[in-house]
Amino acid sequence: MARTLAEKVWSDHVVRHAEGEPDLLFIDLHLVHEVTSAQAFDGLRETQRIVRRPDLTLATEDHNVPTIDIDKPIADPISRAQVDALRNNCAEFGVPIYSLGNAEQGIVHVVGPQLGLTQPGMTVVCGDSHTSTHGAFGALAFGIGTSEVEHVLATQTLPLKPFKTMAITVNGALPEGVTAKDLILAVITKIGTGGGQGYVLEYRGEAIRALSMEARMTICNMSIEAGARAGMIAPDETTFDYLNGRDHAPKGADWDAAVAYWRTLPSDADAKFDAEVVIDASELSPFVTWGTNPGQGAPLSDVVPTPEDFADPAAREAATKALAYMGLTAGTPLKSIAVDTVFLGSCTNGRIEDLRAAADIVRGRKVADGVRFMVVPGSVRVRLEAMAEGLDKVFLEAGAEWREAGCSMCLAMNPDKLIPGERSASTSNRNFEGRQGPGGRTHLVSPQVAAATAIRGTLSAPADLITNAS
Amino acid sequence: MEKFTVHTGKAAPLRASNVDTDQIIPAEYLKRITRHGFEDALFAAWRKDPEFILNQPQTQGVTILVAGPDFGTGSSREHAVWALMDYGFKVIISSRYADIFRGNSGKQGLLTAVVDQEVVEALWQIIEEAPETQVKVDLEARTVNAGELTASFEVDDYVRWRLIEGLDDIGLTMRHVETINSFEAARPTFKPVTR
Ligand code: SF4
Repeated sequence: MARTLAEKVWSDHVVRHAEGEPDLLFIDLHLVHEVTSAQAFDGLRETQRIVRRPDLTLATEDHNVPTIDIDKPIADPISRAQVDALRNNCAEFGVPIYSLGNAEQGIVHVVGPQLGLTQPGMTVVCGDSHTSTHGAFGALAFGIGTSEVEHVLATQTLPLKPFKTMAITVNGALPEGVTAKDLILAVITKIGTGGGQGYVLEYRGEAIRALSMEARMTICNMSIEAGARAGMIAPDETTFDYLNGRDHAPKGADWDAAVAYWRTLPSDADAKFDAEVVIDASELSPFVTWGTNPGQGAPLSDVVPTPEDFADPAAREAATKALAYMGLTAGTPLKSIAVDTVFLGSCTNGRIEDLRAAADIVRGRKVADGVRFMVVPGSVRVRLEAMAEGLDKVFLEAGAEWREAGCSMCLAMNPDKLIPGERSASTSNRNFEGRQGPGGRTHLVSPQVAAATAIRGTLSAPADLITNAS
Repeated sequence: MEKFTVHTGKAAPLRASNVDTDQIIPAEYLKRITRHGFEDALFAAWRKDPEFILNQPQTQGVTILVAGPDFGTGSSREHAVWALMDYGFKVIISSRYADIFRGNSGKQGLLTAVVDQEVVEALWQIIEEAPETQVKVDLEARTVNAGELTASFEVDDYVRWRLIEGLDDIGLTMRHVETINSFEAARPTFKPVTR
């Protein structure tokens, strides 16, 4: 029978299937961080269980580590306790860990792929919803809760019900200056924050095939914002080229065997999806959010919407509430909205290509007066790579802050926060109320829009700078 | 895990859709490393508002939350379930949940009952008019009963069985350790290890 990518990966991992019960699925890679693991390790201790496969488990510190002065002890005692707990747990249970100060430390979803640990056809889990990022490689990757973390630690398996599948077919080519971030924001606005619920999304079509691995990660990363369990993209030459030679990628005969297997993974031509959405990439333009969930977005060239224009009463009410929280008036051109802070980073857009794209825009320009521009690389490797290319200087000369790696202002668990009422343009993935600090207001944007916004001080596309630069 | 068959208690109406886990428990509380004591964190931002439903005298002691659609969206933090349970909630009733939240709830023994939105509206009306109404949730019969209203709800069969039996997930999986061993032995050699 014809099968989709997700179905193939699923069936290759079923340890046990029994009627009326969830399938027991083997987990190839379990990523761990400080926020969602302490209670799971506690559970193991309480029940005197061990970590079954420490060699398929990897921990890193990311969510609440500081992004300055990392050589000093973490100032916030609670953050410190959480990081210490992770270090102690990893030592006790034999789990490899990349701690603050290590060259491989960084955001868990940046670290896995750059080490070559995330590969096609794998099952990847982490106690973090943006695990969907790893689906860019054709892996089935999804976020789990802490008791599932405990389950995987103890058994290297998870009991799961099969997901439904949805194809997101993106035809045509993205216009110049339109990025993967704009595409995924547009997808979420189109299908809604609940549109992907119960589904694994498979992104396919010409526009997806043309994307780099990093851009594909940006897309898969935000699948969760459409309510989906996971997002996937079939592996192809772009995937293999990215992996070849990375630390944990297969070598020699193993590489050939792996590639041969990976080539069998793409969805069969006649495979049936439970749902399909078709998008024309050529109609897209830079996209931003105006509201308090990632589905409340619009093309940057638009105005703040009028709640009365929403046909659905729930959407209308949500829009009214969002505009009040965001301090926005219907009809205001989005490009006239002034920001206080620009945040470039996160597992959505904190990779080297993102930094390069933003640096290309700020090079030789100055950050607008009164705007704080924070650049936070997704990992130490990204940071070092950027510095080797001189990007740190580009940002610093423009007046931006060049920081250490971590989640930072994506969720404001460390000291990097908005103050109440402050407004940001952020390359992260969530614009929920208070996400970047209590009372903070977030507009989700691409790295290019973030950079242009930092220069102009109001939400802007790179094209707006070019017209103004003369 | 405690066995769950029938639960009867007071219910609170939460007239909001898309209640994401950042609202259920703000990120600042995720720094704790214990598994209990999250009751004060539940809806922490909203509870600063004296008008918020859980700050009303009539909702004190509630054990059932009746919420709008898409409850529990956003971050996968299981703390959202702990906070709801530590506060005293045993059952959530809504027309739709985020998947991860729902999965987390099932594991902890928090019942997430799915009813039609009309049933949610009817329940809201009943408990707003008579906050002392004892709402009965019967997991065996899959029914919710409040005053004159009786409606059936949906719950995943497997989760229902586990809740009724009070079974722990890891223990269940450990029964199949031989099967896991043989699966592991047959994995391709090109799969990566972390060290
Ligand atoms: S960068 Fe943001 S979304 Fe990504 S793992 Fe960190 S906190 Fe989560």
